[in-house]
Amino acid sequence: MASADLSVPAISSDLGVSPPAEPVSLAAASVVPAADRLQLIGITKRYHALVANDAISLSVAPGQIHAVLGENGAGKSTLMKIIYGAVRADAGEMLWNGRQVQVENPDVARRLGIGMVFQHFSLFETLTVVENIALVLGGRFDLAALAERVRKVSTQYGLSLDPLRRVHSLSVGERQRVEIVRCLLQDPQLLILDEPTSVLTPQAVQKLFQTLRQLAREGVSILYISHKLHEIQSLCDVATVIRAGRVTGHAIPREETPASLARMMIGRELPQCAVAPYLGVSRPLLEVNHLSLPAPDPFGTSLQDISLSVQAGEILGIAGISGNGQNELMAALSGELPCASEAVVLEGRAIGHLDPGARRDLGLGFVPEERLGRGAVPAMSLARNALLTAHRRGMVRLGLVNDGLAAAFARQVIARFGVKCSGEAAAARALSGGNLQKFIVGREMEQSPKVLLVSQPTWGVDVGAAAQLRQTLIDLSREGVAILVVSEELEELFEICDRIAVLAAGRLAAPQAKADCNAEQIGLRMAGPQAEAA
Amino acid sequence: MHLLEPRAEPSRTLQWAAPPLAILLMLLAGSLLFLVLGRNPVEAFRVFFIQPLESGYGWSELLLKAGPLILIAEGLAIGFRARIYNIGAEGQLIFGAICAGGVAIYAQGHEGHWTLPAMVLAGALGGLFWGAIPALLKTHFNAEETLTTLMLTYVANFLLSWLVHIPWRDPQGMNFPQSVMFSDAELFTPLFEGSRLNTSIGLAVVAVVVFQVLVRRSFLAYRLEVGGQAPTAARYAGFSQRATIWVSLCVSGMMAGLAGVGEVAGPIGQLNLNLSPGYGYAAIIVAYLGRLHPLGIVLSGLLMALLYLGGEAAQMTLQLPAAITGLFQGMLLFFLLGTDAFIDNRLRLPRRNA
Repeated sequence: MASADLSVPAISSDLGVSPPAEPVSLAAASVVPAADRLQLIGITKRYHALVANDAISLSVAPGQIHAVLGENGAGKSTLMKIIYGAVRADAGEMLWNGRQVQVENPDVARRLGIGMVFQHFSLFETLTVVENIALVLGGRFDLAALAERVRKVSTQYGLSLDPLRRVHSLSVGERQRVEIVRCLLQDPQLLILDEPTSVLTPQAVQKLFQTLRQLAREGVSILYISHKLHEIQSLCDVATVIRAGRVTGHAIPREETPASLARMMIGRELPQCAVAPYLGVSRPLLEVNHLSLPAPDPFGTSLQDISLSVQAGEILGIAGISGNGQNELMAALSGELPCASEAVVLEGRAIGHLDPGARRDLGLGFVPEERLGRGAVPAMSLARNALLTAHRRGMVRLGLVNDGLAAAFARQVIARFGVKCSGEAAAARALSGGNLQKFIVGREMEQSPKVLLVSQPTWGVDVGAAAQLRQTLIDLSREGVAILVVSEELEELFEICDRIAVLAAGRLAAPQAKADCNAEQIGLRMAGPQAEAA
Repeated sequence: MHLLEPRAEPSRTLQWAAPPLAILLMLLAGSLLFLVLGRNPVEAFRVFFIQPLESGYGWSELLLKAGPLILIAEGLAIGFRARIYNIGAEGQLIFGAICAGGVAIYAQGHEGHWTLPAMVLAGALGGLFWGAIPALLKTHFNAEETLTTLMLTYVANFLLSWLVHIPWRDPQGMNFPQSVMFSDAELFTPLFEGSRLNTSIGLAVVAVVVFQVLVRRSFLAYRLEVGGQAPTAARYAGFSQRATIWVSLCVSGMMAGLAGVGEVAGPIGQLNLNLSPGYGYAAIIVAYLGRLHPLGIVLSGLLMALLYLGGEAAQMTLQLPAAITGLFQGMLLFFLLGTDAFIDNRLRLPRRNA
């Protein structure tokens, strides 16, 4: 749609850029400056030995949608925090509309006209939309007038939003709109979005892109951080690729292929998953029968009559947007939330009443979505974390722990799954998200489970590691293990699953073979029966 | 203004440096206090910290007081690691002492070799029972253990008071609220002629060894620690939170009960209203000062015992009020909490900007 008229000039850092095609209605920048909206020169930030940003230079023209592409841990978020004033650079200059500025703190950034939509929302659940916005705008405010402005701005940009609703009743997509509207009310000239689509349905992503294109046409510059190549190709004018804290390339995404972008981003070819057929006997290993559970807390989702079955040798994927009962379902299956005995059946044995330890004894492995604090104890070493679930592999005798065995097990996981760390004595929190995930997946797999539950297998994991993890799961299933994967990333489910089911508002639609589903249809189901507000 | 900002990583150095630093600050503040009171700080320091250790008797008194502190603190530390905050060890000590004392009183006239072991057992079970009550309240009614343990201390105190005023009062005791004196078979044997230090110190020695093995090697302690550091991970692993609560409170209660036996069957030799000079509370400081580490607690227990002795010496030699002991304990805790804040945080220095 709007992509056709998006021919804003690209990578012309030193030259002035022609003014945006349409009159600038937002932003006080009615006088278009001759310089770049934002120019960074040699930004460097060190955390002890780690160089998060190494002499990064970047320029963003007015009305440009500029992608910052890089793996997790490449230094994208640090760079954005520097621009937004949340972190101070050790060296380097920042020019704003051609003028050198010192962004001491986010408040200064906001006053300059920099808005940031965070990956994790910072909203108060018990307050209304307009109250949340008023809190950030600060100063004296008139809620009624502000609500009117919120309504106006949200309709103007197609971000339908009821200012008087409480945040806890909003979907994740709507919460993101609150964040965006909150930024727009401050008349930004530059909008930074950090992985904004990780929680959206495909339809919501399209709506978001329309809004961003409209903003760009009005002269707002957009810095778009992501590692999703197809999004960047469809949305962004220019891309700056960062790897290990350095700029490794500039590109015009539309002129590149996903493979060439991936190469710039990870420094090598993106591995493709190989899906072999399963040759063993198919028999149901995990069955869920009419599982209903009331919501465990006021903001939770109740599960309604869920039935499914996972066969040996297959991966069943559960698609859906977080907050539709995924946590509750996984907790009920893992045993963290007890349920009716017959509701969960493992190899013909009713296990709904058993606790997680007893279920694990019977061969049920689980990789939770929260790695630190749930899948691993942050301050403990990897060897001690191996003990967390693998203790049943002979590591405890007469109540005493055999530290040697635990360390050996941890070393084995580290070696087999390529966990990058200083060794089995490294604390779990010292590992990057992806490496800790490899460790946890490895720990569960090394215990030869019959059924493996995996929640968000590659959340926050860099592209290379994600591909490795997906392949690992496929290979494990082909050994006859039944795997249930819950993921928000549809492409991931399409890549690894044999069948896909959609969970929306605590109800599970019947699984379909991958060949029979398409993303469009699943996206609609993900939005739920009452479909996300249009 | 926020003066503190979180560190990226907790400081390992400060984790170990905080206790010595807190002790140093306590000494500095103590010196100032002595100055204000018109005493020579050097002299006061000598009276407080050196004089008690100038004789063999002084050392024996030090160990006598360190014994119960270490016993209680070892038990408390197990719970504190699991984030179960038993602050009623004083009550568990008293109830353990009541149980042991009861055995002693009813055994009078037919006591034998069995009496002292029976008292130890009764005291341990009594303390355990007094710790089990808050565990029951927490697991069934979600009652905060900090409140219930503390309140049960008052209950234990009143119970003791009633017992020594009415049913167990010594008929020949000139109406003083105290029981009969226990016989030799009901007391721990003194280790040296003329000292009050007795064989009950062996309990503390054994406890240190047992707890060292327990904390370093046992799967039980691992589960408790996971429960304390990351409750969600404990649930994920299938470690029972209820078991954590029961074990923490029962073990710490039992250790406090043992300390109570050591007192009534040791230097006190009867039940009366002054069973403990606040050992149950001081042991909380001991546990944290010793970094909840079984061997660290030995050092901090000795220091706390020295504070007790120094406080007594200061009363006698410097004519300072009895509150001086509590004052030093308080300062120590205050400075420890203060320095501990810097393990996870650092000072944000005001930037001078143009």
